[in-house]
Amino acid sequence: MTAEEIQQVLAEKFGESVGALQPAKQDPWVLVKPEAIAEVCRFLKTDPRTRMDSLMNLTAVDWPKRNQIDVIYHLFSYAHRHVFILKAQLDRASPVVPSVEGVWKAADWLEREQFDLLGVQFQGHPDLRRIMLPDDWVGHPLRKDYKEESDYHRMSTTRESPLDGFVRLDELKKRAAAKTAEAPAAQAPAHAPAKKEMPS
Amino acid sequence: MQGFLDNLIRSFGHDPATWPWTQFVYLAGMGLFAFAVINFAAITAGIFSWAERRVAARMQSRVGPNRVGPGGFLQWVADAVKLLTKEDLIPAEADKILFRAAPYFMMVGFACVFVALPFSHRLVIADMNIGIFFILAVTALIVVGIIMSGWSSNSKWSLFGAIRSAAQIISYEIPGGIALMIPVMLAGTLSTQGIIRAQGGFPWQWFVFDNPAAFAAFVIYFISALAEGNRTPFDLPEAESELVSGYNTEYSGMRFSYFFLVEWGNMWVMSALATTMFLGGWQIPGVSAATLDAATGGKAVALELVSLAIFVGKTLFWVFVVMWLRWTLPRIRVDQMMNMCWKYLVPISFAAVGFVGVWMLVVHAVPAVGMVMRAIMFVLGAGVAVLFVYRTAQNIRDTGDKFDFTSNW
Amino acid sequence: MTEARRAPENPTMEMTSNKEILRRIEYTGDMLLNMGPQHPSTHGVINFLVQTDGEVMKRAIPEVGYLHRSIEKIGEKVTYNGFMPYTDRVDYITAMCANQGYAMAVERLLGVTVPKRAEYCRTIATELNRISSHLISAGTMSMDIGAVTPFPYALREREFINDLLEELCGARLTYNYLRIGGVAYDLPEGYAEKLVTFLDHFEKILPEFNRLITYNEIFIQRLANLAPISAEMAIDYCLVGPNLRASGVKFDVRKDIPYSIYPEVQFEVPVGKGEVGVVGDAWDRFWVRVEEMKQSCRILRQCVAQVPRGEVMAKMPRKIKMTEGLEAYSRIESSRGDMQYYVVAGAAENAYRVKVRTGSFTAMGIIDALSRGLMIADLVALIASLDVVAPEIDR
Repeated sequence: MTAEEIQQVLAEKFGESVGALQPAKQDPWVLVKPEAIAEVCRFLKTDPRTRMDSLMNLTAVDWPKRNQIDVIYHLFSYAHRHVFILKAQLDRASPVVPSVEGVWKAADWLEREQFDLLGVQFQGHPDLRRIMLPDDWVGHPLRKDYKEESDYHRMSTTRESPLDGFVRLDELKKRAAAKTAEAPAAQAPAHAPAKKEMPS
Repeated sequence: MQGFLDNLIRSFGHDPATWPWTQFVYLAGMGLFAFAVINFAAITAGIFSWAERRVAARMQSRVGPNRVGPGGFLQWVADAVKLLTKEDLIPAEADKILFRAAPYFMMVGFACVFVALPFSHRLVIADMNIGIFFILAVTALIVVGIIMSGWSSNSKWSLFGAIRSAAQIISYEIPGGIALMIPVMLAGTLSTQGIIRAQGGFPWQWFVFDNPAAFAAFVIYFISALAEGNRTPFDLPEAESELVSGYNTEYSGMRFSYFFLVEWGNMWVMSALATTMFLGGWQIPGVSAATLDAATGGKAVALELVSLAIFVGKTLFWVFVVMWLRWTLPRIRVDQMMNMCWKYLVPISFAAVGFVGVWMLVVHAVPAVGMVMRAIMFVLGAGVAVLFVYRTAQNIRDTGDKFDFTSNW
Repeated sequence: MTEARRAPENPTMEMTSNKEILRRIEYTGDMLLNMGPQHPSTHGVINFLVQTDGEVMKRAIPEVGYLHRSIEKIGEKVTYNGFMPYTDRVDYITAMCANQGYAMAVERLLGVTVPKRAEYCRTIATELNRISSHLISAGTMSMDIGAVTPFPYALREREFINDLLEELCGARLTYNYLRIGGVAYDLPEGYAEKLVTFLDHFEKILPEFNRLITYNEIFIQRLANLAPISAEMAIDYCLVGPNLRASGVKFDVRKDIPYSIYPEVQFEVPVGKGEVGVVGDAWDRFWVRVEEMKQSCRILRQCVAQVPRGEVMAKMPRKIKMTEGLEAYSRIESSRGDMQYYVVAGAAENAYRVKVRTGSFTAMGIIDALSRGLMIADLVALIASLDVVAPEIDR
């Protein structure tokens, strides 16, 4: 089935909740209201015309300037060999969307990853906890306004640049020459270059 | 050994029965022989560590140790020195006394076996009339050492390895012991020298080709020996990819090396036992034991050396087979191992004992049947060997491989 | 000294750790083991919390994230071409395929057609990389089962491939060979002869490998009927690649959604048949990989014969800039399955969002469901048969 036909089937069944087919450059997608996403997915999986038996990918994208977080579902059907893309736009302040883990088990880990990295809350997920980052991490790193904490378990998250304290050799000689020009005779033996030099 | 020491005392002009220092000489003799045995066991184990690494490497298209000494031969010396100089670590929560004692239990259990092994016609430390029984009893100390080490390490992974090993070794003692009873029945004695004397030098005079049940017993004994020595395919207790290192995970330094000393030395023990019980031991083809007994002077020495070489050669061949199996076969799982032991090997070994009992009566009545059977078994065995060589040559030709003994030493 | 443990951000969602989950599970006398993160056979740094009663496991929960390097976040900072070496590290064992997925996604965004010769170079590189990746997978799986020898044999063959790829692009592991719009370097002189020599040698080694390990009785006993995955379960958990094909689903992106020059080469797609056990057991997954190596040899021979002359790089603008919000999706058949890149273009020279969906990530999700009732030795075999690599899971 082509993307237009699938969109028509969806529009018949769900009406308002499903938007029109948005012509992206190559991959047309359909906007779905967040509350309806779980039913739409379940319908797409079970309906014999579409039979989307596989959730290929679940991505969340953070759009601070539009004040929304998009969740994109890429669906694929092994029975009919067609692809379909759904998008749900969530409010950035409290991004909540029903979980599709009951429809495809693959969503279990995919949703956990988007929760972990972007903070999207998937309602109805049996076990929503962090997956990549440690359990006591604060913040959601893939957000555009994420600021890392200054330390984690007393380990600093910043370190000084290893190039601090390295001086070029000709710069060193210039400084030494300037110093001898300033304070002649009495200082002569004192300034062997004490700074560590980076080998060139 | 006592006879040897008595002769020594007489050669000094004293009578062993009345001389006051006899016991002292016996004691000194025992200490000397024990020292020799332990040294032999340890050096053999060390050399086998080098041999295993070279054999493994050549089988895996690699070179193996080749820096320390010619062909890497002194690698084991270097390893021993390194392990001796390592820090002696004992985990804080470990049971300190058991942790320290465990390797020594294993060493004792393993070294005692050498006392009863007949290396050549006259070279046996103690030719006891319960020889094989003593050997079976003493090797049971090894499992005690393994359980102690696993338990005292206070680590779940070590415990896993120890319990697996205990189950394995105790289970496989049964078919192994029963299979070893077949040469005892055929020879009529438990003494190891006696069993060898009951065989002959030529292959068709060996017990392995005596009748099909004896051949089956040899195979069962070999499998059980692999299991008791924790060698692949039965190396679950030290399954590197699952349990990191099993029961010796927490050990380091010299204590760690004791475990491996025992494992490699056990290869010698199991091969020597196989040679003794089934493959004719030190018997020289064409020269009967009576001739060896009667020989004197230079001829006696020469024949002794030949018999020693035969024994060592056969043993080393089976050591090579043990190593070969290790680097070829995968590992079997715990439940499959227990299944194989209790559901297959034990009934087969019982059936084999029954068969041999009946067979001995038949042969006693009609000796010709025995000779015919030996001939048939020998021909079948030789046929299998020829087939094996043929398949190997075919494999080499198929992959375009070639032998190259000139490079990569 | 700041106290680093803080309350979770969203107090309504009950956030629990893996350990707390296991503690909440009722167990009496069961052992709680940590298999990993440093372990000889978890294929990278992955931890498994195993609740076991002796040898038989009740649950095995994978804990990932030890190799998380925030590659997706880096994709939002560097330029499109500058991100190419990072895709190498997404799956360093099949770096060429990872490169190709990203290149294809950005090329779809730009609407650039890659010249034919460049496509052939890409295919040669990716198929060679597929063979070397499957060699590692088969070798490490044998090693986990206990047979140590097939692993050096596999590595020995892989050395030839490493030499070939080094001649092509200068690197042995993380190649950074593909570029947006083509490849970086053309095939060197005499490359075709060397490649054919290697293929002649390799195709004779595969039957020896099969005799050594694939049809070894003990190997079969360990792997047959182990954790069979039915086709429905595989599709539901989004298993891809050889794992999916071993469960009986005949789907290969190269055949069914062809890209690059795959329509012009002939090859077959091996599907698990349950030859020694049931369809979809661990042995099938191993066997499918070995068969795929043979098919890759076929593809390589055809590519070498059919390579046209021409450019290896399309005409590309000096700086790649697009309007913000354009998105594209690419699917390629990596050696671990269907690797998918989702790229959203940013306003400047970098992407806005890069998402990599890899085969190993979803394969980890299925381990918890499959591991109930297995033994610990079987867990090791299961992980090896799914061919998971840590960099793909964690990115």
